[in-house]
Amino acid sequence: MSSPTEQFKRSFVIAKKNIKIYYSKGPVIIFGLVFPLFLALAYVIGRNIPLREVLPGLIGMTTFFTATSVGPSIVPWETRSKTLERLLCCPVALWTIIVGDMLSSFLFGLLISVIPLMLVLTFNIGLLNFAVLLLGLVIANLCFSALSVLLSAYPPTDIPATSMMLSSLVKFPLVFISGVFIPVEQLPQWGATIASLSPLTYFTDLTRQFILGKGFYPLALDFAMIAIFAAIFTFAAIKLHGKTLAKRLS
Amino acid sequence: MSLAVEVQNLTKRYEDVTAVDHINFKVKKGEIFGFLGPNGAGKTTTIRILTGLLKPDEGKAFVAGLDVLRNSIEAKQCVGVVPEVSNAYVDLSALENLTLIGKLYGVPALKLRENASKLLKEFGLYEVKDKLVRAFSKGMKQRLLLCMALVNDPEVLFLDEPTSGLDVESARLLREKITQYNREGKTVFLSTHNMEEANQLCNRIAIINHGKIAAVDTPENLRAQSMELQYIEVAFNKPVSTQEFLENPSIVKAVPAGNKVRIYTADPSTVIEFLVEYAKKNGLRILNLNTMMPSLEDVFLKLIKEKEAVIQ
Repeated sequence: MSSPTEQFKRSFVIAKKNIKIYYSKGPVIIFGLVFPLFLALAYVIGRNIPLREVLPGLIGMTTFFTATSVGPSIVPWETRSKTLERLLCCPVALWTIIVGDMLSSFLFGLLISVIPLMLVLTFNIGLLNFAVLLLGLVIANLCFSALSVLLSAYPPTDIPATSMMLSSLVKFPLVFISGVFIPVEQLPQWGATIASLSPLTYFTDLTRQFILGKGFYPLALDFAMIAIFAAIFTFAAIKLHGKTLAKRLS
Repeated sequence: MSLAVEVQNLTKRYEDVTAVDHINFKVKKGEIFGFLGPNGAGKTTTIRILTGLLKPDEGKAFVAGLDVLRNSIEAKQCVGVVPEVSNAYVDLSALENLTLIGKLYGVPALKLRENASKLLKEFGLYEVKDKLVRAFSKGMKQRLLLCMALVNDPEVLFLDEPTSGLDVESARLLREKITQYNREGKTVFLSTHNMEEANQLCNRIAIINHGKIAAVDTPENLRAQSMELQYIEVAFNKPVSTQEFLENPSIVKAVPAGNKVRIYTADPSTVIEFLVEYAKKNGLRILNLNTMMPSLEDVFLKLIKEKEAVIQ
């Protein structure tokens, strides 16, 4: 009953519940749909740049904002409604709940990422195998959803708006330092160094390699760094939520 | 002796406050065990430790023979919990809530459907099973919480103030169901403020105050331990002065209570003889005379006061 496989199955049960409850919540729609849509429009409209040039940043930004829109709100919401206590009374480990929250955030990101992917397919503008982009998208969504759940760990608030606002404080600077608007190779040395600390940099670089055939880092390094960030964020989310749990329940 | 719950030297501190202070008790399988105490006594903290929500700072706790710290998930698998605050998902229907909890307990799909349907019918929620819990009354929510606690057919039920704030009908239904499930073999750990409820339902009661256990015994034995709290209520045909009664060494206290006098004593038969004599001597007629055992509430208050006096 406490085997990792059984616990992982229960993570899917939690994810399914999250999908039913949280996908239609106002902040999720605003931060996960409305906001990336308008940011994408602002990014594209009025710039006389070919679609091929625009798409890497667009895919990176859309994936990042959508995959990080569900995660920050779930734990505060469940703390407030005391349903977190309900879940923790069940035979599930804390990591099972965290992975469940990550999965629901991941699926939301993946679902919305289909839109820019359709553009790639429709205009047939990829230079590499499409599976490369798809794999990158899956790993990046996992990474960003883990980051979003990590962002809800501290402070242990029960106000979703606070958590959303604080996560935006991290998300916005990340977009600006991650080569979404300006490719990493065009950044000064210090800018490239800062960019290397963001997981979004590697995903944007990966999509650039797929669409434009050129990138700043080797493709394998892009994949490896996104995977490493995903593992670090997941581990940190579980540890930090574990540390703040007693405070949430008090 | 087969134990459902065992607590050894359990201690929990919140910064400089000791919420639970080296408590010990055992709950036998098949018992309804009452956990009584005033607000802030440590009841909810104890339940939270036993249900794996909090880690104790010291001591051990076992549920269904499983260490709640070392085998937390296995121990949780054996229990059902009705928490102090209603916490069903209000954005899900009653059936969806039950299905969610059943799946988190790993109940097989077919068995889960059967259990959910049976429980919803039994608790009068079947007709509204597809309605969002948001629209439920407090009584309906509380019934649903009990359904959720029972959906995995647990060995031990932890109920934290399950009837608090409920209307009479819902509270009675819940009490009936608690008794019914106990008869069917489930151990019930019941935290309550309601003395009458504890008296009616519980085989044994633990009284906790300031994080320490003041007493653990059957309701009858607890009352017997406080025989000085038993009293005689007597009504005469004319008003009398209670001061005269205090001259009798068997009388601890005499207080007017409406048209009656309430006389506290550990020796009721001697006092009754005295009252009959007193009536004859003063030309009075006894209209009414009752010997009253101490209520559980009296015992509870006495034990709490004693504990506080010791602390001070």
